[in-house]
Amino acid sequence: MDLFDIIGPVMIGPSSSHTAGAARIGRLVRRMLGEPLSAAAIAFHGSFAKTWKGHGTDRAVIGGLMDMDVDDTRLRDSLALAAEEGLRYTFTTVNLQGAHPNTMIIDAIGQSGKSLRAQAASVGGGRVRIQSLDRLEVNFTGEDNTLLIRHRDAPGAIAQVTGLLALAGVNIATMRVFREEEGGNAVMVLELDALPDAETVNALTHLRGVKAVTLFEKR
Amino acid sequence: MRIDGSMRDLVEAAGSGSIAAVAKREQAARNHLEEIIVAERMHNVLSVMRESVEEGLRPDLRSVTGMVGGQAALLSRHAPNAMGGPVLGRAIARAMAVAECNACMGKIVAAPTAGACGILPASLLTMQEERGYTDAQVVDALFTAAAVGRVIAGRASISGAEGGCQAECGTAAAMTAAALAELQGGTPAMASDACAFAVMNSLGLVCDPVGGLVEVPCVYRNVAGVALALTAADMALAGIVSPLNADEVIDAMKAVGDAMPAGLRETGEGGCAACAGGGARRTRPQA
Repeated sequence: MDLFDIIGPVMIGPSSSHTAGAARIGRLVRRMLGEPLSAAAIAFHGSFAKTWKGHGTDRAVIGGLMDMDVDDTRLRDSLALAAEEGLRYTFTTVNLQGAHPNTMIIDAIGQSGKSLRAQAASVGGGRVRIQSLDRLEVNFTGEDNTLLIRHRDAPGAIAQVTGLLALAGVNIATMRVFREEEGGNAVMVLELDALPDAETVNALTHLRGVKAVTLFEKR
Repeated sequence: MRIDGSMRDLVEAAGSGSIAAVAKREQAARNHLEEIIVAERMHNVLSVMRESVEEGLRPDLRSVTGMVGGQAALLSRHAPNAMGGPVLGRAIARAMAVAECNACMGKIVAAPTAGACGILPASLLTMQEERGYTDAQVVDALFTAAAVGRVIAGRASISGAEGGCQAECGTAAAMTAAALAELQGGTPAMASDACAFAVMNSLGLVCDPVGGLVEVPCVYRNVAGVALALTAADMALAGIVSPLNADEVIDAMKAVGDAMPAGLRETGEGGCAACAGGGARRTRPQA
């Protein structure tokens, strides 16, 4: 564990899990969508559902969806800023069997019409975990240098990606692949020792069967 | 040598030097950065801590619920007459200030959590004001505190939902006690004993936020945590050797946390949260 995870994060209060974690989840979703949002429907489960108003979880997640970081003072006014920028949002509560006490589901729609549904949990100290993307079960944090590739399951898909990274001299620390069924939607999560250059990322996005590439930089 | 597994390893690695020095060196190696760069990052953390004190002392501050805010201003005005003396008076006012800044959606540094964010900055900044330590010395003390907090996070927990408030305000007090001991010239072993005393004195503290919010009793626990940290550091600096070593009491904290019923672990159900009154809490007029 990093010492700056113990003294830190620098964040807008009042709760590392209910405020900072919520903002971080929102921001990860914004990054994965790859464009500004026009609408978001957010469903809170468990402790989120009980205390979201008092913790500013609503402002935090909307701020995150507008690409604000956990220490951005604009988080406090994010609901007003969202209205100014034409981002429509709704908040509801939901009961998810067996889910982590601080879980939310975000249905995000981008300005070009792209959509993404993500389920994520805030697991303490501002750390978060993405649990599903478009109903496909996944498990990653986006804390380390992470390459996220959403693609169609096909033979050779993984080799193409690792081949390009090898050419770029990027070492893969860990790699996990999630898919719903053979030939169906799939997600690759690669934690990298260094970030690939823009040219490599561009090449990855143009691989056959690849739908979206997202890069998360280590905090 | 790993320094995150036990206080014993941490003290041993510090040798005749300081916990701060080994912690800073390890952090630099971990990030592949020069020590001066990670120290600079900690300087920035210290700046945010200072700003959070200033923000929290505003008399007009109020949380969304109105339960807290503006109380740090009252404590600050009272500080010269504080029974523990003006130094403790100013320290507790600052702890309340940072905790209220947090409750009012201000910018703070989680130390180790947002709920317990007042204890460390209040204690260090007040001792700096009182004894003239340089910023570099205070930054070193923050590294000491972080290294101690990491050991507790690994062996026990720093989450109220897992271990109760002993894991949050207790850990913050232990980190602070160790940091104060080293800042004032104590040895790594003294810092470890200061940590042990602080943990010993917070065992069993439950996490019972009213309405599930980081307000009541959290801001008051930050105030008490300062007194706990200062007294623990004083015992160690006086040369009292803790009969129980820090690792043992940290493990005891873990066992106590595991034995705590869920209602006393940040569910907003037991303890203070169960007090009568429903949503109608007493609020104060403007300070």
